[in-house]
Amino acid sequence: MRWSNRLIAAGLLFISLFAVAEQETLIFDNDTLRERYLDLTQQLRCPKCENQNIAGSNSPIAEDMRNKTYELLHLGYSDDQVVSYMIDRYTEFVIYQPRLNWGTVWLWLGPVMALLLGGLMVAWLARRSGAEPPDELSDDDRSRLQTLLDKDS
Amino acid sequence: MSKRLVFFMPLVAIAAMMALFAFALLTGVNPQEMDSALEGREMPAFRLTDVNDSQRTLTEESLDGEPYLMNFWATWCPSCKFEHPYLNSLASEGVRIIGVNYKDDRELAVTWLRDYANPYDIDVFDPNGDLGFELGVTGAPETFFVDSSGIIRHRFQGPIDSALWENKLKAVYDAME
Repeated sequence: MRWSNRLIAAGLLFISLFAVAEQETLIFDNDTLRERYLDLTQQLRCPKCENQNIAGSNSPIAEDMRNKTYELLHLGYSDDQVVSYMIDRYTEFVIYQPRLNWGTVWLWLGPVMALLLGGLMVAWLARRSGAEPPDELSDDDRSRLQTLLDKDS
Repeated sequence: MSKRLVFFMPLVAIAAMMALFAFALLTGVNPQEMDSALEGREMPAFRLTDVNDSQRTLTEESLDGEPYLMNFWATWCPSCKFEHPYLNSLASEGVRIIGVNYKDDRELAVTWLRDYANPYDIDVFDPNGDLGFELGVTGAPETFFVDSSGIIRHRFQGPIDSALWENKLKAVYDAME
């Protein structure tokens, strides 16, 4: 029993070695570069498969972009420069986080403006209903009401 | 403005959004369609060899002169095989086509061009897809329309057939100088 368990455990360990080896074939100059590479490949979107980043896609173009990212990082490009390099060739389609320009500024301004507008509307409605003077009952009305209530009970 | 009108504003906003989404759905806006970053820009610099002659170097200057179509193709690409006869007929009508053999094997490419005829004025060999990357190519076939001063005017993804050419692409080609 124990003997066979050990054999299975050893077998699984052996298989897992290959699994790791297959993922990590890239060699980096240092750990910072590796982290930046992993970060960038998570951020860049595969142009052929719209709902995957290049780290998670097996399409040939995603592989090319991963290789290019690796190459550019080792050439001393900054993260922004790598992203710009990709945008120059594959358009802003390849970034998930939109860049700030006249077309996209509404993504930031829109919610703020909607919030402001909503706030103003609430304030306006509150003031309008607050401005109406409450109907005061005259003494006559009060006594009439009292008689009506008394009559019922 | 009456109070009632204010309460209708969110409803109006929702209706406007639904109209926008319905428009996108019904007119068939394709989310996979991606503009080319290269349109309006110059043909990037490259240094590659000729498919038929590994000793012959080709650069962006080798292509200058007349307007041309730059067609990315590969022997591993089924749509390229479908497109090939039409490229042959375009070439016979006098359309100048530059072929870029993309991420392929030289011998397979030479055999293909011998067996299926060669519509290309110049055959560029791009085994690693370097020129493809510079041009934002995501696969084959892909065709760039380049004018005589080397400016990219249009990019078309997918195989070209006679209907596409007559209805859309011929006009783009004829407009180039």
